[in-house]
Amino acid sequence: MTDVLIIGGGICGSTVARELSRYELSITVLEKGVDVSSGTSKANSGIVHAGFDAEPGTLKGKLNAKSNAMFDRLAKELDFPFRRSGALVLCFDEADMPKLEELKARGEKNGVEGLTIINRDELLKLEPNISDNAVAALYAPTSGIVCPYEMTMAFAENAVQNGAEFKFNEKAVSVSKDGEIFTVKTESGHEYKSKILINAAGLYADEINNMLSERKLKIQPRKGEYSLFDKAVFGFVNHTIFQLPTKLGKGVLVTPTVEGNMLIGPNAEDVDDKTDVSTTAEGHKEIFEKAELSVKNIPYKQIIKSFSGLRAHESGDDFIIGEAPDCENFINMAGIESPGLSSAPAIALMVVDIIKEKHSLRPKDKFNPCRRPVIRFRDLDNEERDRVIKENPAYGRIVCRCETVTEGEIIDAIHRPLGATTVEGIKRRTRAGLGRCQSGFCSPKLVEILARELGVDITEVRNSVNGSNILIGKDKLIGDIKDEKR
Amino acid sequence: MEKHEMICICCPRGCYLTVTSENGDIKEIIGNRCRRGETYAREELISPVRVVTTTVRLNDGKIPMLPVKTSKAIPKSLIFDCIDMLRDVSVNAPACIGDVIIPNVLGTGADIIATRSIGKKDED
Amino acid sequence: MRSVDVVIVGGGPAGLAAAVSAKKHGADSILMLERDASLGGILNQCIHSGFGLHRFKEELTGPEYADRYIKLVEELNIPYLLNTTVIDITRERKVTAVNSDDGVIEIQAGAIIIAAGCRERPAGAINIFGDRCAGIYTAGTAQKFVNIDGYMPGKKIIILGSGDIGLIMARRMTLEGAKVEAVIEIMPFSSGLNRNIVQCLNDFNIPLYLSHTITSVNGKERLESVVVSEVDKNLKPIKGTEREVECDTLLLSVGLLPENEMSKKADVVLSSITGGAIVNERFETSTPGIFACGNVLHVHDLVDYVSEESEHAAKYAVDFAGGRRYSPSDVEIKAGNGVRYTVPFKMSSKDIEDDLTIRFRVTGRFKDKKIRALINGEPVISRAEPALAPGEMQTVVIRKEKLEEQAEIKDIMVEVAD
Repeated sequence: MTDVLIIGGGICGSTVARELSRYELSITVLEKGVDVSSGTSKANSGIVHAGFDAEPGTLKGKLNAKSNAMFDRLAKELDFPFRRSGALVLCFDEADMPKLEELKARGEKNGVEGLTIINRDELLKLEPNISDNAVAALYAPTSGIVCPYEMTMAFAENAVQNGAEFKFNEKAVSVSKDGEIFTVKTESGHEYKSKILINAAGLYADEINNMLSERKLKIQPRKGEYSLFDKAVFGFVNHTIFQLPTKLGKGVLVTPTVEGNMLIGPNAEDVDDKTDVSTTAEGHKEIFEKAELSVKNIPYKQIIKSFSGLRAHESGDDFIIGEAPDCENFINMAGIESPGLSSAPAIALMVVDIIKEKHSLRPKDKFNPCRRPVIRFRDLDNEERDRVIKENPAYGRIVCRCETVTEGEIIDAIHRPLGATTVEGIKRRTRAGLGRCQSGFCSPKLVEILARELGVDITEVRNSVNGSNILIGKDKLIGDIKDEKR
Repeated sequence: MEKHEMICICCPRGCYLTVTSENGDIKEIIGNRCRRGETYAREELISPVRVVTTTVRLNDGKIPMLPVKTSKAIPKSLIFDCIDMLRDVSVNAPACIGDVIIPNVLGTGADIIATRSIGKKDED
Repeated sequence: MRSVDVVIVGGGPAGLAAAVSAKKHGADSILMLERDASLGGILNQCIHSGFGLHRFKEELTGPEYADRYIKLVEELNIPYLLNTTVIDITRERKVTAVNSDDGVIEIQAGAIIIAAGCRERPAGAINIFGDRCAGIYTAGTAQKFVNIDGYMPGKKIIILGSGDIGLIMARRMTLEGAKVEAVIEIMPFSSGLNRNIVQCLNDFNIPLYLSHTITSVNGKERLESVVVSEVDKNLKPIKGTEREVECDTLLLSVGLLPENEMSKKADVVLSSITGGAIVNERFETSTPGIFACGNVLHVHDLVDYVSEESEHAAKYAVDFAGGRRYSPSDVEIKAGNGVRYTVPFKMSSKDIEDDLTIRFRVTGRFKDKKIRALINGEPVISRAEPALAPGEMQTVVIRKEKLEEQAEIKDIMVEVAD
């Protein structure tokens, strides 16, 4: 029995776990995947939106700008990369200028600071590769970029440091309430009980909600495809570039990533399958065409990866945050799509406030808001590098040459709180294998280190999910080849 | 008269050979740019041979696999027998390039020899 | 900071040959830096034979070829560091490297030879759409797993790309007990060597589908199947030709890319065609005193040529470290009709020291053509070629005497002619 059960170890579950871990509460997070940030939180644009887009009065409108302002402190406390790179919304037609003004006014209503409208000349100074058709832009200096899974990981780790518990491979299959007590049964046959239940189940938040509440929700998976470019194109764009909606519909963004790559996408396609993160030729054609409206001479040869993510779209088009009207102490964090990542820290605070209304929460004396810092070898100067190698020789072995990641960082990623158990887990924590060769060189080494550090056979090492093993067995030992070949 | 088209594998040039034979007797070989092509064509038509390269397990070595090869080409029809024979073979480190792992493999006159020197684990 | 005459980045075939040559040409001090735990580079995992026919007049396996040079390096007492990764090179020839024992190592080099090799084009760089599942590897990664680590990545294999590594891996996986369903090649011809098609595919009845590609990969956790489609003349998939093939592993052999991240830090100008440095006849890049050779310069078909080129580069690196300076490269070596690029790209019309060896690749498949080299538009070499293919690197050598007898060299061109 815990005080709080949280279903879902994505950005919502992790931020709320961390904020609740400030108080004397027992907290358990149930995650169906093998790692935090396994669903929507791992594959999105990684933008900390300024907050001008949402309708004033909506939760999105209220929370986004407020949350945006929290990021500088959070990034420092939790040691995740974050940069206020600024955003631009391009206008392609003089006739659309009123729409740009409208957007600016909307942003100001939402409390976004520093919004200005800039003309083409000013725009060109900021973005030399901007399309010839862009006539003006709304400039939002507070917009930022973040690595969504590093951010999620940081919150989750800090929650664990402060006593929260994460359970992986625990998919909630039934949720019920008996008296004041919630019971969650998982696919693996375990039962969890709690006084407060928080639904942060992302794409599956409707299923969880609908087991407890008559106010039904419907989460529509909405797929977005992306292309990621090599760091060699660093500086091709300097800001997150959006488009005013055109005849082609809502545009796509072109943005630098916080790690120095470039990202374009996403399109929006409603799909039936909540696990469908496949990429398609059509989807990529669409994002390329739309990106070309914003910038010219896109260096397509530098694409190193294509991927898709699913947004958890709710038909009401706003976040659903709060206690279910017909189920006390059951709190939804549902329909958290864009600007969900940006708003998550503020959403978490809102959930804490909701709980505080009914329960008295006693602050923990020993709450530590700071995550144990991560050594990022590539960001150190040579003196610091020399020092960390002398302290731990594993930092002198560079495993990923493309992103300059050392064995020391990989070992740390495995043994940190909520450490990596898969190759993807290492990649997301250290960036090893996420560079231009896409782990061609380092994957054998990553597999070897994982097996060694986890104390498992090398064939048990998984890429990401269960069943995604990298190797199937030893050489020479598979099948009886001789007869088959004759 | 029979015509056989083949590609010479003696060197990276990969000449296209046309071999004319009658009742197994080779009458003419054309397309080869060097003498080895002629020998190859004869062998390939009558009893093709290949050098087999693979690995065997190396116990206690810096690297777990030791690359090996047949010291000369063996009949193509014996490739899988040769591979099969090596499936359960393991040798102890250190291994030295040229070490004979199995002499006269399958009676072919070819030895299985190590193609790399690999030291023992944890030794320089 | 240490000072070293010639620093060699990479201890693979290019680095090894450069080191031996630098020593033989009298370099005072040499240091070879290798990131792996042993010298030899990629040759160590290329356990098949086919190396050394030009160099040693016999057919060696990759490790045997490497061993010949490693022995020389040891005999000549050439210093090298293993498990050492170069993380920076500057225009001023300062090299920064790291390893576990020494920490950060800073070296002032008289000359630098970049011999860092190449990497494989990954899946993300080509348009394969579909699920994100385990079971997709570059052929070289699979080769490392199988030949060095002793583990199999799968047992039902499809190979995309018929470059030599793809062909070699088709045979290798077969010999280790996997079933290779097919090799898929988008071009109407294989970019691999003929001999490899014979001894790696035909010998084992592995089908090669030319003018086909993979349009989708499917599988939730591990790869379950791929969709193979025929392509038209413009290499676009033809609708209606899709065929689903079951497999648990897809190996990619879709091209090699010179790895020039370090070179860029030293402002070395790269060719957009080769992806390697633009070098002159002394293999010197646009940054004085920085030389490049091997697959970091341009992707070779045969290691023998890598060795030859690297020896040459080292000779001039030693010269440079010793203070010798040559007159600027004033002659462009042009890729004419049917030629994709040449290495070197330019040369000096003065200070002619050697025969001029020009390596190049042709743009397509040709039959019964001539390869010609022209000085100032006048043919000086004309050689009949029954068959030319882009997969095969070509060489012409213009004799030193021929170069010297020209009153003035304005340009040099290599072309494919009738």
